[in-house]
Amino acid sequence: MAIYQKHIECMPRQEIKKLQSERLVWQVKRMYENVELFRQRMDEKGLKPEDIKGVEDLSKLPFSYKQDLRDYYPYGLFAVPMKEIKRVHASSGTTGKQIVVGYTQKDLEMWADCMARQISATGGDENSFVQISYGYGLFTGGLGAHDGATRIGATVIPTSSGNTQRQIQTMVDFGSTILCCTPSYAMYLGEAIEEMGVKDKLKLKAGIFGAEPWTEDMRAAIEEKLGIKAYDVYGLSEIMGPGVSYECEEQKGMHVNEDMFIPEIIDPDTGEVLPEGESGELVFTTITKEGFPLIRYRTRDICSLNYEQCKCGRTFVRMNKPTGRSDDMLIIRGVNVFPSQIEEVLLRIGGDVTPNYQIIVGRENNTDTLDVQVEMSDKIFADDVKSIELVERKIKDQIRSVLGLGAKVTLVAPKTIQRSEGKAKRVIDTRKLH
Amino acid sequence: MLIKQVSVFLENKSGKLSEIISILGENHIDISALSMADTADYGVLRLIVDNPEKAEKVLKQQEIIVKVTNVIGVAINDGPGDLAKILKILKDNSLSVEYMYACVGKIENSALVVMKNNDPEKALDILSKEHVPTFDVKDIYRV
Repeated sequence: MAIYQKHIECMPRQEIKKLQSERLVWQVKRMYENVELFRQRMDEKGLKPEDIKGVEDLSKLPFSYKQDLRDYYPYGLFAVPMKEIKRVHASSGTTGKQIVVGYTQKDLEMWADCMARQISATGGDENSFVQISYGYGLFTGGLGAHDGATRIGATVIPTSSGNTQRQIQTMVDFGSTILCCTPSYAMYLGEAIEEMGVKDKLKLKAGIFGAEPWTEDMRAAIEEKLGIKAYDVYGLSEIMGPGVSYECEEQKGMHVNEDMFIPEIIDPDTGEVLPEGESGELVFTTITKEGFPLIRYRTRDICSLNYEQCKCGRTFVRMNKPTGRSDDMLIIRGVNVFPSQIEEVLLRIGGDVTPNYQIIVGRENNTDTLDVQVEMSDKIFADDVKSIELVERKIKDQIRSVLGLGAKVTLVAPKTIQRSEGKAKRVIDTRKLH
Repeated sequence: MLIKQVSVFLENKSGKLSEIISILGENHIDISALSMADTADYGVLRLIVDNPEKAEKVLKQQEIIVKVTNVIGVAINDGPGDLAKILKILKDNSLSVEYMYACVGKIENSALVVMKNNDPEKALDILSKEHVPTFDVKDIYRV
């Protein structure tokens, strides 16, 4: 498979380190000048930009957190005047309020490079037909993949998400060769293709799947159903969007775009950097981003880094699939969900009293399911079913409006939700994704 | 006179109904009417008992969700078309019936019906003006 920017992707490790050092020094200096929160945190640690001379000083720098994006919502952490911000994207935050990220023209181009590297690693080029079935909009998936496919010169088929029958018809008629979507949607498409009996009419060769956790078993099933090679892509809006790291044909971990992002693995409890190869929380520093840069951002994803030279020739470090989270965030149908968001909805419905609740996440027919069980209380109960159903519908509607996700809401009798040592177990995830 | 109806939240699990009824029996509470409204996941059990205050107290002690609401008891002539007449009176006075169910026992030749209206006080008032006999819990036990 072709390597899109060989001079960068296969750069000797020493040179990567040198490049990262230069860029880190530049980033720290300009952020100290332009981002109030970063300056405050540096001052609290008694650090000046001059103290950071290279990547070896990275661990001295203060962490940044998802909460910062809420506190400085919407534009408080941007490092350039708004006239230089050419696009914003958003995703859900921890408590209902969305978080906003911004990109300069140069940021958008670098992001396109990230995704172009990914598409190239799957065999894509200007002869490819790239069907993008991620949602277009504030979510980074759709436009991120779109810009990467455009950058590589492919024919872009921007179907966005939904309408499975038409997706498949398009795939067949337009001759899509690369599919970008979430892994669960790929599974769903695969099953629908089997039912329609059109597998042999497909020209698909590869798929780029991300935005939610998936297993090696799922990979095998998708590859079989769609007759393709399935590649894993990693990203998060705070850092860039899809393409922060990408899989090559070896399918043994995702190469981090180290010319733009420096990854670290830390102990989530102590914040200490862990020895090479150990599993811990993934932390990123964006060293080229102009609009919305972050230093030592805590992703809360648990994984490890592999610095061994990859057979594909790329020298970029590989991260394995995240094996869990160091917070309570769930990824349901590609949407980031914090239990606190659901709690807030219930608090409003219960009249300032949070009823006991439990969130049950499962997977049926390869689609995530979200069940919210709420213990009945005096406040909610009525003598007629109509009023109770109205409460259920209200909870459902509000969950949909906060998360953008459909949930099944069931009212259960008091004291029926399982408790462990007096504390209710809030989340049960039966998906076994790791 | 308004009747105090005791409603209980019932999860759709076997043994739940018998549990509630047993608690009432152990506390010597007599049931004279009951109805169940059910969905796939839960039910609402509505009861007319001789001592609603006591019923509410003993059920709440068992951490069962209880609500007491006002309903009316209507004694209907036990003949064809008699219920229709009463429903028409209510309708003509813009009163709706949210639900109704029959009571165990009779008063003379009347069937006893428990009825929940959007405005129970007004319903009681209208029916007495129209000379439709209503009853309360005490009357039932006279049969």
